[in-house]
Order: sequence, then C-alpha cells, then structure tokens
Amino acid sequence: MEIVGQLQKQFVDFSTSLYGEGFLDEQYLQLQKLQDESNPDFVCEVVSLFFDDSEKLLNNLATALQQQVVDFKQVDAHVHQFKGSSSSIGAQRVKNMCVAFRNFCEEKNLDGCLRCLQQLNHEYFLVKNKLETLFRLERQIVEAGGTVPVIVA
Amino acid sequence: MNLLHIVGFGLKVGHLLLMLCCWFLSLISLNWLSNGKIMTTKNSLLGDGWKIWMKLWDQLPGRGSKIHHQHSQHKHSGEEKKNWWTKLLIAWIVFGFIISLSVFWYMSSQAVEKRKEMLTSMCDERARMLQDQFNVSMNHIQAMSVIISIFHHAKNPSAIDQRTFARYTDKTSFERPLTSGVAYAVRVLHDEREQFEIQQGWTIKRMDKDEQTPVHEDEYHPEDLEPSPVQKEYAPVIFAQETVAHVISLDMLSGKEDRDNILRARESGKGVLTAPFRLLKTNRLGVILTFAVYKRDLPPNATPAERTQASAGYLGGIFDIESLVEKLLQQLASEHTILVNVYDTTNSSLPISMYGSNASFDGLFRVSALHFGDPFRRHEMHCRFKQKPPWPWVAITTSVFILIITLLAAQIFHATLSRIAKVTEDCEKMVYLKQQAEKADTAKSQFLATVSHEIRTPMNGVLGMLQMLMDTHLDDTQQDYVRVAGESGKTLVSIINAVLDQAKIESGKLELEAVNFNLRGIVDDVLSLFSGKSQDKKVELAAYVSSKIPDMLVGDPGRFKQIITNLVGNSMKFTDKGHIFVTVHLVEEVAEMEADRDPTSSLSGSSVVDRRQSWTDFKIFEETSAMVSLADQVNVIVSVEDTGQGIPHEAQVRVFNPFVQVGPSITRTHGGTGIGLSISKCLVHLMRGEIGLSSSPGVGSTFTFTAVFTNGSSESNGEIPDHPSTNISSEFQGMKALVVDPNPVRAKVSRYHIERLGIHVEVVSHLSLMVSGSTPINMVFVEEDVWEKQLDMLVVLYNELKKDCGVSPKTLLLSNSPSYNRPGFSASDDLTPFVVTKPLRANMLAASLRRVMGVRSCRNGELYSSTLSGLLHGRRVLVVDDNPVNLRVAAGALKKYGADVVNAERGKYAIALLTPPHTFDACFMDIQMPEMDGFEATRIIRKTEAAINKGLQSGDLSMEDYNNVSNWHVPILAMTADVIQATKEKCLKSDMDGYVSKPFEAEQLYREISRFFQTTPDEHP
Repeated sequence: MEIVGQLQKQFVDFSTSLYGEGFLDEQYLQLQKLQDESNPDFVCEVVSLFFDDSEKLLNNLATALQQQVVDFKQVDAHVHQFKGSSSSIGAQRVKNMCVAFRNFCEEKNLDGCLRCLQQLNHEYFLVKNKLETLFRLERQIVEAGGTVPVIVA
Repeated sequence: MNLLHIVGFGLKVGHLLLMLCCWFLSLISLNWLSNGKIMTTKNSLLGDGWKIWMKLWDQLPGRGSKIHHQHSQHKHSGEEKKNWWTKLLIAWIVFGFIISLSVFWYMSSQAVEKRKEMLTSMCDERARMLQDQFNVSMNHIQAMSVIISIFHHAKNPSAIDQRTFARYTDKTSFERPLTSGVAYAVRVLHDEREQFEIQQGWTIKRMDKDEQTPVHEDEYHPEDLEPSPVQKEYAPVIFAQETVAHVISLDMLSGKEDRDNILRARESGKGVLTAPFRLLKTNRLGVILTFAVYKRDLPPNATPAERTQASAGYLGGIFDIESLVEKLLQQLASEHTILVNVYDTTNSSLPISMYGSNASFDGLFRVSALHFGDPFRRHEMHCRFKQKPPWPWVAITTSVFILIITLLAAQIFHATLSRIAKVTEDCEKMVYLKQQAEKADTAKSQFLATVSHEIRTPMNGVLGMLQMLMDTHLDDTQQDYVRVAGESGKTLVSIINAVLDQAKIESGKLELEAVNFNLRGIVDDVLSLFSGKSQDKKVELAAYVSSKIPDMLVGDPGRFKQIITNLVGNSMKFTDKGHIFVTVHLVEEVAEMEADRDPTSSLSGSSVVDRRQSWTDFKIFEETSAMVSLADQVNVIVSVEDTGQGIPHEAQVRVFNPFVQVGPSITRTHGGTGIGLSISKCLVHLMRGEIGLSSSPGVGSTFTFTAVFTNGSSESNGEIPDHPSTNISSEFQGMKALVVDPNPVRAKVSRYHIERLGIHVEVVSHLSLMVSGSTPINMVFVEEDVWEKQLDMLVVLYNELKKDCGVSPKTLLLSNSPSYNRPGFSASDDLTPFVVTKPLRANMLAASLRRVMGVRSCRNGELYSSTLSGLLHGRRVLVVDDNPVNLRVAAGALKKYGADVVNAERGKYAIALLTPPHTFDACFMDIQMPEMDGFEATRIIRKTEAAINKGLQSGDLSMEDYNNVSNWHVPILAMTADVIQATKEKCLKSDMDGYVSKPFEAEQLYREISRFFQTTPDEHP
C-alpha cells in the first residue's frame, strides 16, 4: 500500500503540474468524466487516436511547408484539424500554438509558419511525453492494486 | 402753409419712405436668403406684382436656378447681385435728390406766388388811392372851372380878379392836395388882343421856345420873355395861384404841350392831361390838367367845333406827381417794402417816367393801370419789392430734411446690404468649415475604425504570444509580469472594440440582428458577469423582470446585453454601498406600477432617486395609445438603479457624449474611456428606444432606456416550443417556498427568481408570521439580515413547522457574500442553512436548490447532466467529423448521456446515412471538413428530405417505406470551434438547426438539443 500511496501522490503531483503549467485543461477532465465502467479505456483510446492523428498531421504540415509553392490554405486546414483534435483532448498549449500558427497562415508568413511548426512539434512531443508518463503512472497504480485518484483542477 | 404743417408733412413722407424701404429690404433679404423655393411660394402670396419683380429678377445676368449648383458660381452670382444692389442704391439716392429738389421747387414757387399776390394787392391799392386822390383834385378843378365860368364870364364886370382868384385858390388848396397850383387862361382872338392887352396892362408873352431846358429859379424873369408873336388866337393866363403867379400873361398856346392840351380840352369838354414835364421853377416832374371853360352851357353831344367856338378860357391845374405819389406812399403802411414807379405810357414804345427811380430791376414787379380821367393819356404804376426775395428757408429745410431721410434710408439699405453680404460670406465660410469638419469627422471615424482594426490583429498576436510565454518555465515574478501584460492587452482589446463599435455606429454601419432570445436569460447573464464584483464590493445586485414580458422576444440579444452591461458596469464603478437594481417592464405597465410604488422602500433600504424623472422626456409615453395597435410590438423599459455617488446636474447632459466623463477626477479614480454610455445611447436609438437618466449627487443614479422588440412567441417558429431557462424549472414544479424578508422590494425580486423555477412562493415579512399552510413548505429562504436578528425565533418556529408537516423544510440563506460566516448553529442539521449567494439568477438558484434538495451534488456544467441524459437517452445520434480525435470525443460525450452514437468521418457518409428512411434522431456535424464541409452536406441532406417529403405528400412514395413518417427533417447541429455570430448565421442559413461549440459544453449542448427532444419526466424525476 506504501507504493500505491506513493504512486498516487506522484500521480496527483504530476497531474497538478500538468494543469498548472497549462499542458492540459478542463477538457481533459471532461474527457476523464466520460470514462466509466462501460467504457474503461476511453481516455487512453482517444489520446492514442490523438497521437496517431497528430503525427500524421505534423508530417503533412512539414511536407506542405516544404513545397516550392506553399498552399497556405492546405496548411491552414491541417492546422485547423490539429487545433480541433488538441482542443478535444485538452492539450491546451498545443491548441494555443495552433492559434498562433493559423494567424501566420492567414498572413501567409512562411517564416512564421516554419517557426510555429517547429514549436508545435516541440509542444506536441512535450505533451505526448507528459501524457505517456501520466498513463504509465496510472497503469502502475492500477497494477499496484490502487485506484486512480480523481483530479479536480 | 405754416411751418408746422410742412414739418408734419415732411415727417409723414419720411415715415412712408422708411416703411417702403423696410418692406423692400425685408423682401430682398427673404429673397436673398431663401432663393428659389421660397420665391415660388412668395409668388403666389404676393401676386402678379411680385411676378413682374421676379421676371426682372430673373433677367439679371448670372441669376437663375444654376446659382446654387456650385460654390464658385454662387459666389459669382453673389457679386452680380451686389453690383445690382449698388446700382439700385445709387438710383435710390438720385431719386432722393430729385424728390428733394422738386419739393424745394414746389415750395419756393408757392412762396413766390404768395409774394406776387401780395405785391399785386399792394400795387393795386396804391394805384387806386392815387387815382382817387387825383380824381378828387380833378373834380375840384372842374368845380373851379364852373366858378370861373359863372363868376368871371357870366358876370360883367367880372367878379373875379387876380387877387380874388389867388386868395380863393390859396384857401382851397387843401381840396386839391395834388396840385401845386392852378391858373386860368382866357381865350383871346387876335383881333381882340389890342383891347385885351390894354385892359390887362401887359402884353401877351410867349413861352420859352426851349421849354425842356431846365432853368434856374434865380435866372427866371418873366419880364425877359418876349412878347408873343402874332397868332390867330391866344390863351394868356390871367389868373394864377400865388405859387404859379409867374405864368400870368404867358400865352399857353405858345407852349407845345399846353397848346395840345388846350385844344384837346376845349374839343372834348373834359379834363385832359399833358405828358409829364419838368415844371418851371420847381423843376419837378408834373402834369397839367386842363379844363375848358365855355361861354354858355353846351349839350353833352356837342361837336368839337361847337365846343371850340363856345370856349371862353382854360383852367389848368399843375399836378406835382412826384410829391403826390410820395405823399400817398407816406400815408400807407409798409411803404418801405415796395418801390413804386409811375409811367406815362401814352406812347407805349417810350414810356415817360413820372415818379420813382429808374433803377432797373428785373425781379418781380406788378403793373397797375391808372385812369386819371383822360382817355387820351394812359398811365401805369409799376410796383416792385425793395428787397430781394428772402431765402425760402422753409423749402430749403424741407427738401434738406427729405434728402437726409433718403440718405438715411440709403444708409440703412447700404448697411443692410453689407450686413447681408457679410452674413452670406460668413455663412459660406461656415458651410465650408462645416464640410471640413464633417470631412474631418468622417476621417476620424475611418481612422479610428482602421486603426482599431489594425491594432486588433497584432494585439491578438501579442496576446497569443503572451499566453504561450506564460506556458513556458517562468519564475513567479516573470509570471506576474506576463499576467499583467496579458490583462492589459485584453483591456486594450476591449477598449478597441468599444471604439470600433462607436466608429461603426457613427458611420451607420452597425446593424442589429433580429433573432429569438430570452430577455430573462440575458439579464441573468449580465448579473453573472457582475456577480463577482458585486460580492467583492458588498453591493447588492438584483434584477427583476416583469411577468408581462414575453418569454421570447425578437431582437438583438447581444446589443441589448451590451447596453445593460454598460449601464450596470457603470453603476458598479460608482457604487460602493447599497444596491444596483435592474428592472425590466413593459412600457404600458410602468404608469400603474409607479403609482403603486412605495417611494420609501428600495432594494437595500438606501434612498434612491425618483426614477420616473429619468423617463420624463421619453416620447414613447405620449405615443402609447398609438402603439397598442401593433400587437406584435413589445415595448420594454429597463431601469438600472444604483445608490452610487450620482452625477452632478451640470454633467448630466454630457454623459451620453462620446469620450465625455463627469470630470477629470473620474477618469483618474475610475478609469474608462467614457465611451460606454455613448455607445449605449446609439444602440438604444437603433432599437427605436430612448435613454434617459435621473441622478442626484450623493443619492444615486437611475438610467432608464426603452427598446422595441417583437413578440417572439407569436412568430410561427414551431421548432422552438420550449426553452431551457423556462424548462430548467420542471424538476421543482409544485414545490412551495417561503421567503422571509421585511423589505418588499427585495422580497419581490426573490419571489420573481424563485417563481421562475415553478415554485410556489409565499412572502412573509417576519419570521413570526410564518404560517404553515395545508401544503408542506419545502424550503425557506431567509435574508441574511433577518437570519442574524431572528435566529432564536427561527429555531423555535422551525421545530414547530417540522412537527406540523413532518417534513423539514430546507433553509436557504440569501447572502451577498459567498464567504458568509454563518453563526455557529448546531441544533439541527436541517437548520444549517445553505448559503445562496446573490445576485439571484434562475440557473444559479436551480443549481443551489438541486444541491440542497439532494438531487445531485453537482458542479457547474454537470448540472445538466441528468437532464441531458433524460433528453439523449436512447436517441440515435450521428456524429460527423473528419477529425478522428474529435469524433471519438464527441461520440464519447454523447454516449455518456446514453445516446446511441454512430460515427461518420466524411460528409458524404453522413448524406448516405441520413437519406430517409433512417432511424437517426439527430446529427452533429463538423463544419470544416475536407471534400465536403458541413454546410454543403446539410444542404444536400435537406434537399433529399424535401424531395422525399414532396413525394410522400403527393402519394408518389408510400408511407410504409418511410417508417410512417410524413415529414422528414432530422435536426442537424453544427459543431464548431469558433462560436461567432457569423458562423451561427451561416449555420441557420444552410438549414442547420443549431450549433454547439467544440468541445461540448454541457449547458450549451443541453440548450440546443432540448429544442428538439422532450424530456421524459417519468424516467428522470
């Protein structure tokens, strides 16, 4: 039980830091609420969907921005989608990055877009890391026989 | 004509002229200023006379309708006009001169006429007198001739000798005032001469040949005269008056004049006169009157020959005309004023002057004829004034006066002209300046709009970046800096938005939308917005909406909310204690409502201003009767009453002007741009309403505005049968609440909000009045102040209630501050009050009640979960989104509420799935999708539905194939990340039924779907 308690504390601390540093927002909490007995792996499912989708989108974006003639409309569509999925899971910082990205798209500012893409990449991997850590902790708690504490932002 | 008369006349004429001028000028100025249009109206008023003027007017070069088309042209024609007027002015002055001269001429001629008349009468008078006196003398001489005839010729020897004659004549000379002497000459024929000379003792002498040469008296010696040469007959003087004794023995027939005279006298038998000549001795001008003396009486018709034959002698009287006239004139008054000349005009070509100086004077003179009884001789009297005629001062004065008046009028005219010219010039200048100002104003608005817009875009970047910066690893100080920067940026953006609004309104680009909205919800929203602030400031914030206001109105909710927000925000800024009270009523009910109002009570007990004053100027109250006819129209009157510091009187008129605040200190202490009220005013005007305020410093202010909406429920929009804010209450239906509040106004507000939930409310002013009715009381609302005061009583009564009803009512404490410290209370769990924080709003109240009543302990947002489940349970819902993450999340959320969810990743799949017959109850569709976006997909779905519906109606398609549904219309809700108005409009345009934001918000989701699905209360009590 000692381990469970420790893990739980670690989990809570980690989660709180995620919210505090703005990696995640309320939407993630909402997402967690949607998960119940009938749908035990909902969050995990959605988040992995998000990872797949995001990586695909980031690739697409990279390709689109490397074109001789950049189709900003296309780029914007990708970013829009990215923004949608990130806001759906509550990856706040990614979402904000997307907002800035779209502004550059609107201005057809290639430099800005490239810079944003870089940052977006960075943010995405950051949040991916964090979420994976979170899941790992959750799994560990569950494996250790404890229950995952409910985080209230 | 006396002087006064003339002056009076002059004044009258002057007055008339002035009046004429004034009339003329007024016409001109009218004409000038109004031009064209008014001229035509004048036309009909003034008739034909004016028309002629008009024609003249129009003939002026450069005049006409073109004048006002262009500025320069106008100016040009203005100069033309000016020239014309100058000419008119000169003509007027010339006219004045002419008038003045003619008056002068007329008056002086009158004076001359008068003078002439005077002269005539004087002259005639003199002539008559002269004539009379002459006649008297003549008659006397005639009488003497009779004496001589009787006493000299008829007697023998003669009774008269020289001495007798001289004596007699001397004595009777007063009878002949004009004669210097008389003499009698006897007729002596030549054959009688010898005898006669002997008898007399002297010889008959002849007169000087050269009679005309004047002789001196001293040198005059009758003895020197020669004896008369032999003549046929002689007329020697035998008797003579002493004065003329020297003529005795002179033969009168030897003098030419005398001879003529004697001959004529004896032939005519009347007195005859000689031409004037210089008298001997006296050397004065005189005439000799001669009468013939006959030997016997002759018949009046005797022939000249007979007379000559019968003549015995001749009596002559010497008239000294000069002295005669002098004497005469001396007798008359005003002898000095006129100069008299007497002429013998027998020979008209060469008149002989008998009297008077010969000074030639070509002035006024009068000729009067004189009759001295001798038809052969003619005499005239010429009279003249001695002095030259005096200056006609009256005429001069009058004419000068008229001239002055004319010139004065001209001066006035000129002054008016130059004044008009100046005014016109000023007016032009001002028009120009006005245009400039307007241009500048437009430029300002454009500038503001452009700049605001341009600032907004980079500001978004700044804000976004600040947001991102905040997410990086920063220490506390840095975090704080960034946060402040972010807040400032947000404030800046909101100010820019306000300015943009103002600019939009000023340029008339702001348009209101007309959508269905719930007014109560809007008011609640505003309260929520300010709830934090009001709690911080401990100011009671409340709203009351009259029950007569329809649930649904059509108008612009956003702008309506903006107005109330502005007003409440404003009040909040200036109110530190007391309350802020928003009331919404129908305009029609205000009158009776105000009549019932107790002026002493208010929401917080503080005194407030009379809000009636804030709408005294509103026109809508005057038009109320006219409004009734429009059944659809809802006239809403909203008052925001506060107990703040108030607005000074002098500033009240200015507060609605943009960028104006009460004073500079306000800006310093409270900040703000002063644009809010101005925007509110514009918005109110756009809503066909009015805004007003009533305020007194220290007491508070009340802002009131009206707005015109249309009744939403009467619109044939059957798709909105219900609304969440009214529907919210279903779970509390039939419950009973008790409100304990001594303040009627506050109780009314509490009652309004609780009744909105469908709860039956009873109000008591005091706890002791709490009466348990037949129905159990489910809850008791107690005001904070009541709670503190009557705690003990509450406990007692509470227990009683509990006993009576068997159920313990829940206690809710209405408090202004969320951190209200309830006094320690442990008697009963039921009595531990649940604090409801004001301001009261239906949603918030419902949430609190749910918690208290144990429905579910819920946080904001989850409130709707239960009802959402009620709505969505078992429904088949299609979710369309190309984004797998979004799709999964949305599906998960809907599944959570019990919905049967089907996913589709492409619009075209959705179309396929939604082609009737299908079993979907609703569809959530993402808008932005590749290949086919949500709008497009919806349009196609609607098209298909329409076609099928048509087929079903016409019977081409069998109902059985379509699940017995005759009218296919699946509710499609858009899912969108940017919840902005434009998107919403677009949604509705492409036949979507509503929209929800992504990710789902429970409340909004509920609001939208509750429009389509009815709750089944049985499942979820």
